[in-house]
Amino acid sequence: MTRKATRTFLYLPLLLGAVVMVFPFVWMVLTSLKPLPEIYTLSWWPQNPTLANYRTILQLHPFGRWFLNSLLVAFLTTLSMVLLSSITGYTLAKLSFPGKTAVFVLILATMFIPTELLVIPWYAMAVSYGWVDTYWGILFPGLIHAFGVFLMRQFFFSVPDELLDAGRVDGLSEFGVFARVALPLMKPALGALAILNFVGNWNAFLWPLIVTSRRELFTLPVGLALFSGEAGVQWNLITAGATLTVLPTVVVFLLFQRAILESIATSGLKG
Amino acid sequence: MRSTLGRKVVGVLLGMVVAVGVFAVEPVTIVYWQYEFATKVAAINELIRMFEAENPGIRVIHETFPYAAFAEKVAAAVPAGVGPHIVNLYYGWLPAWQRAGYLQPLPEEWFPTEEIEAEFAPLIAAAKMDGRYWGLPTAVRTLALFYNIDLFEQYGIQGPPETWEEFLEVARKLTVWRDGMLVRAGFGMAPDGQDHHLVREVLIRQFGGVPYSKDYRYVLYASPEGTRALQFYADMALVHRIGEPDFPFPGVAGYYREGFNAGLIAMIIDGSFALGTIQRGARFRWGVAELPRLTPEGERHNFASFWMHALTPRAKGAELEAAAKFLQFITSERAMELWLREVGELPARLSLLDRPELLADPIYGPFMRALPYSHATFFVDEARQRQIMIDAILRVIRGGVPAAEALAIAAAEEQAVLDAFWGGR
Amino acid sequence: MSLARRRALWAYTFILVPLAIFFFFRIVPMFQAFYLAFTRWHADPAQRAFVGFANFQRLLTDTRFLQAVRNMGFYLLIAVPGQVILGLGLALLLQAIRRGRGFFRAVYFLPYITPAVAISWAWSFMLSPHLGVINAIFRRLGLPPQPFLTSPSQALPTVATIVIWQFVGFHMVLFLVALANIPRELYEAARIDGAGSFGMFRYVTLPLINPTLVLSLVLATGSPTIGILQLFTQVLNLRFYDPGGPIGSTATVVLYMYQAGFKQFDLGYAAAVAVLLFLAIVAITFVQYRLTARRIEG
Repeated sequence: MTRKATRTFLYLPLLLGAVVMVFPFVWMVLTSLKPLPEIYTLSWWPQNPTLANYRTILQLHPFGRWFLNSLLVAFLTTLSMVLLSSITGYTLAKLSFPGKTAVFVLILATMFIPTELLVIPWYAMAVSYGWVDTYWGILFPGLIHAFGVFLMRQFFFSVPDELLDAGRVDGLSEFGVFARVALPLMKPALGALAILNFVGNWNAFLWPLIVTSRRELFTLPVGLALFSGEAGVQWNLITAGATLTVLPTVVVFLLFQRAILESIATSGLKG
Repeated sequence: MRSTLGRKVVGVLLGMVVAVGVFAVEPVTIVYWQYEFATKVAAINELIRMFEAENPGIRVIHETFPYAAFAEKVAAAVPAGVGPHIVNLYYGWLPAWQRAGYLQPLPEEWFPTEEIEAEFAPLIAAAKMDGRYWGLPTAVRTLALFYNIDLFEQYGIQGPPETWEEFLEVARKLTVWRDGMLVRAGFGMAPDGQDHHLVREVLIRQFGGVPYSKDYRYVLYASPEGTRALQFYADMALVHRIGEPDFPFPGVAGYYREGFNAGLIAMIIDGSFALGTIQRGARFRWGVAELPRLTPEGERHNFASFWMHALTPRAKGAELEAAAKFLQFITSERAMELWLREVGELPARLSLLDRPELLADPIYGPFMRALPYSHATFFVDEARQRQIMIDAILRVIRGGVPAAEALAIAAAEEQAVLDAFWGGR
Repeated sequence: MSLARRRALWAYTFILVPLAIFFFFRIVPMFQAFYLAFTRWHADPAQRAFVGFANFQRLLTDTRFLQAVRNMGFYLLIAVPGQVILGLGLALLLQAIRRGRGFFRAVYFLPYITPAVAISWAWSFMLSPHLGVINAIFRRLGLPPQPFLTSPSQALPTVATIVIWQFVGFHMVLFLVALANIPRELYEAARIDGAGSFGMFRYVTLPLINPTLVLSLVLATGSPTIGILQLFTQVLNLRFYDPGGPIGSTATVVLYMYQAGFKQFDLGYAAAVAVLLFLAIVAITFVQYRLTARRIEG
């Protein structure tokens, strides 16, 4: 088999998998276009496609505000997470200092306790400092996360020490070595971290719900959950809301993925 | 100079007087929490408007949260000393919430026990612990049989089934299997919907058994009668094949209800709280009937439940007084009438329960008529006890375990839950 | 000041702020949560009685908890290797193709960003034994229809498969980054040395992506969002009225913790579950780390 034929052959599993991947997503979007009576017919295609569901949720609730809240929270936590994780990850991977292992283990350990339980002490903290019903209150648990530190630490391992030493020889300070030499090589990793973290915070549900009581401070997932209750779920509204929630993350991913994931592969890592 | 100073002094004094005046009429603010449900939210808002108009010294803040995480919200807020003064909770949660210190009993001076017991439907005894009432409902709910009238007529079936035998016969006629696949279920079996209540409080009693001792401290359903009742329910799937648990699919809140709305299920047993969803979703004529019984003169039984308004420890002093006043108001006759009109749930006060026009109503009637023969299971741990009965049913249907054995397993586990609760007090 | 000491000083400066945040917002709350495990929960902090190991003793005889623990073993065996291997496989496939790379990347990432409620409904609809499209396909292929989520024996593998489906895109992105970091010259050198594609994978790719493999493995095992040991949201939603069912066959430890904490309002007991879970994740991660990471990081 020629290389070209082999390559074409690779598309078969990819395409097959792709169908399985988009299935629920497509279903969600199609359902969001159905008028209520059709939801219950369980047919795939909307017979009378309508945007009424979107209009309803936009009118019924301050959806625009929730959207902006989610955007603000996801953006700020991602920014903080990327900055703090990269410097911490770099320090743990590339600098040696007494207590390094202890620091890493302590940070990693914080990843292993379920959020469901942390909300209780967090909330007590938020109440005693007056952070309830504030943006800071929603933000603070997401400022940094062990997952980001761990990810950046692993990727910084791949940076050769000689490269850093060369920077030092050139007279760069330790911070300069980090910021000018090591960090630029991490563009794909930073991009991946940003994407993964943005998605995580965009979809965060439990903590934003616990710490906010005022409707204006709700994030999208919290607002969306208002449509399901004891006696059932308003699927037409849920799917419309979910579609609106997913779209920005898809856009972010599509916009940044090429720049982020392919930047280095072409130039190669000099080392 | 002097004159401006004088003016300043006068101004400050005036300001102080105004401030004191404002302080004097500063209203007491109380917070009410419930989960988000459009009609309930609207009804409470209207009640708050009426209440505030009559009590200018009290301001009520109404906050609602998604049902999915309502308990978490309460769990975090109350220990931090914030959150609601009055909270709405499912009656089955009371023992757990009460034990964990999330509630305070209704003050006897505003809610005399004898008065409550004389005026409310007896099933609200489930809100009583340690001789005190811990909350009161605006409305109560019972179960009934929902049926698809269009389908019934299409198959020439006259009216809803009266007895379980008729029920099976009707359901068999309406069930469609094609190539080993269930295409339409005659009955929407949902052990994890309302059917665990159906087995526990309706079928076991109709088959001559008793599910629990009168004080609900001892499990008694592991008996020949209980076994026959559970077997009867399981046989709907195993022998008569008129439906299956999880049909059409289990990943949806109220899956059997959605299946009914979609025309995939001909009959379901559901609570009065389902009326709204079915009214919105069903594109056919449907009817409501009282639950079937064993024989035309056989005993009727039903399961009743309610959401109650309760006071949290946050309510103290003037706030407690205001909260108690508000709680009295939203459980008054006026509030219940408004609730029935706007939310469609049955009133909890006896004085409103024997109204002939309600008892004869084609939709509310069957639910109303069921109230006198309804049981509100006293759950000490609703989530766990519910799970135990669901598992017992599924063990017979899906696990091939004999009904007697499934009930014995369930009884042992549930008795341990009860013992742990009562022993730990 | 010696070079080493100066560098150490820099290191401390670098991690001062992150570490402070960790300390106040993660580590202190973590120990506060742990402390709850030794108390009987009460809304009023003054009334929380210290009960020693009583909550842990109760756990050891709690059959439902033990069933959840057993389930976790099966979840780990199926879903962790599944996610990691498929994620790596996908990344390699995407590296090998030219056209449509961006398209496929986005498509395989989609499940990770789709909200859990929508996913759960869609899957349970597709997996319906009677009306679902999967069984329709099975029958077309002449295979017997399967009960999937409604069967005590099939429900767990089904949930595990859905989890793999949902998170494979996450691992794919991690591996794509790692692959992008491998210098092209190394492959050229290997080709000149006469290595075949398997040889290049074994001797060039694999050693160089090892840190990512460790990362992927540890995250798939214990992290809050995608870690199997903290599996919760999917299980909560796939069987909406009977989460963890049928007959407890899909129950997870975090689901159990959640129910103890917020259904039974017994946060002391829930905290005890969290402590045990925490210790288990630490132990498993430690073993994974020892087995995979040692050679590389020395």
